[in-house]
Amino acid sequence: MTAERENLLNETYQKILRIGFALEPTQDLKEYFSEKLYIIGTTKDEMIDTLQDLQQLIDRQKEQSAGMEVSFTTKEVDRQYYSQDTMAIVTHEIIARIIISDGQETSFDMRSSGMLRFEDGKWKLFYWHASKPENVQSDEDTFGINEWKQKNEELERLVAERTADLSKKNEELKATLDQLQATQTQLIHSEKMASLGELTAGIAHEIQNPLNFVNNFSEINKELLAEMNEAIAGKDYEEVEALAKDITENEEKITHHGKRADAIVKGMLQHSRSSNAIKEPTDINQLADEYLRLAYHGLRAKDKSFNATMKTEFDETIGKVNVIPQDIGRVILNLLTNAFYAVNERKNPGGFLSTSGSLNQSNAPGLEGKPGGLPEYEPTVTIKTLRTAGKEIQISVSDNGGGIPRSTLDKIFQPFFTTKPTGQGTGLGLSMSNDIVTKGHGGTLSVKTNEGAGTTFTITLPE
Amino acid sequence: MKILVVDDEQDVQVLFQQRFRKEIKSGEMQFDFAFSGEDAIKYLNEHEQEAVLILSDINMPGMSGLELLGHIKQKYLKPPPIVMMITAYGDAENYNMAKQLGADDFLTKPVDFNLLKEKLKPISQ
Repeated sequence: MTAERENLLNETYQKILRIGFALEPTQDLKEYFSEKLYIIGTTKDEMIDTLQDLQQLIDRQKEQSAGMEVSFTTKEVDRQYYSQDTMAIVTHEIIARIIISDGQETSFDMRSSGMLRFEDGKWKLFYWHASKPENVQSDEDTFGINEWKQKNEELERLVAERTADLSKKNEELKATLDQLQATQTQLIHSEKMASLGELTAGIAHEIQNPLNFVNNFSEINKELLAEMNEAIAGKDYEEVEALAKDITENEEKITHHGKRADAIVKGMLQHSRSSNAIKEPTDINQLADEYLRLAYHGLRAKDKSFNATMKTEFDETIGKVNVIPQDIGRVILNLLTNAFYAVNERKNPGGFLSTSGSLNQSNAPGLEGKPGGLPEYEPTVTIKTLRTAGKEIQISVSDNGGGIPRSTLDKIFQPFFTTKPTGQGTGLGLSMSNDIVTKGHGGTLSVKTNEGAGTTFTITLPE
Repeated sequence: MKILVVDDEQDVQVLFQQRFRKEIKSGEMQFDFAFSGEDAIKYLNEHEQEAVLILSDINMPGMSGLELLGHIKQKYLKPPPIVMMITAYGDAENYNMAKQLGADDFLTKPVDFNLLKEKLKPISQ
């Protein structure tokens, strides 16, 4: 008996056992089994004598053991060679272990005897006998198949239990998620309302002006009509014509300012409306200008000592850009509010929105006795639009405030991060702005800051 | 009498021209307009002593009306013109600040033109 042939026998027999336990992928059985074979259990009706039946048994085994972890160990108890080492009888004690997915384990042992013949350089099994495992409670089930079936049913019950448990957990998670989503919606709403609050004063101012014009021009028209009646009575038709022209012009002014107030109210409503909005071609310069005025007057109304130079650098070739106007408006408003806050903080440290801008000045060394802060500092906020050569749209808001410290810079887009005193900022402004620009418009929101010199936020939108 | 009206709202020009059309027609009053504090200072430098009265809005982008007022009252070497301040926020703080800076009078928006005319009458005579 050559060592080579002996090794081959060991390998082949282990392979055969693995096939028997359905642990091997589908194999060509002819490689390992003789076409004339007998596989016999200790009990009746457990005889396999064709490769097809063997295949069926393996397939059934595979099906039964799905979801289970099957392994086995073998201990050889006897081996004999016959016919000039072309035939071998090997006897093993086999312990099979089956682990169901929850860790429950069952095992059974059996004794197997196999006869193999060496043909064409290969060992092939032609006879196999397995004795009944001791712990299988069946008289007809040498291979423990019923035991497996039973385990499988148990497994199914366990799976059903697990599934029920999972469904329950899933429902709990879904409820939590719903709650989180509701909270998020509410937070977004709060942020909108907070920025609406910031806008209200600005809006009041912006509406007051057109309304004053509407009232004034209609009063004038009333006077002019009275004069016109006089002119008609005096048959001074030249005067009538001149008056009619004035009245028409005034009427146009009334319409213009009425529409202006209307647009502001509409903008306000749009601002508070939940965002199911769609992109539409928008005059970015006009949008920026509108929100610049609103932001400025809003802050001005809150803090009467507040003042800043506003600069606009609009690219007149920018044309209409496809955006959700109220969303981009909100981003612009947020950036402007931050910019105005930054310049005011620099001019008047800690004094923003306090009832008197000078309240905290005595705390700031070097500013004592200099009301209004450093006299040479001119708070300036610039809003710029640009259509780049690469056809991108850029809207940038710059301030010459104190800049953002390095330690803070990487946190500014985080939700709830704010440097404002408690209750003055939701900490959602920049994080929502970032979401609107990136997720809503596929653009980017970038920041460049220079401590002590100022900050520029740039919205870049694809065409 | 020449009056300089300073307001960032351009339509204020038409409004004043119509409200004072009789006074303008009769030559009793003349109006010039500036649409920012900076424009007003430029105008005053170019038209020295022409405007005897300045009506200025307070809330304007850039140089505010109060800054303009301070500039006129403190830096104008010749006898400064009369300055009346107009604002949408008719609050004590702005009023006091305007008074402190030497404002001659104070009006709130919306401007009551009858009241304004009454205030202007004694000056124009």
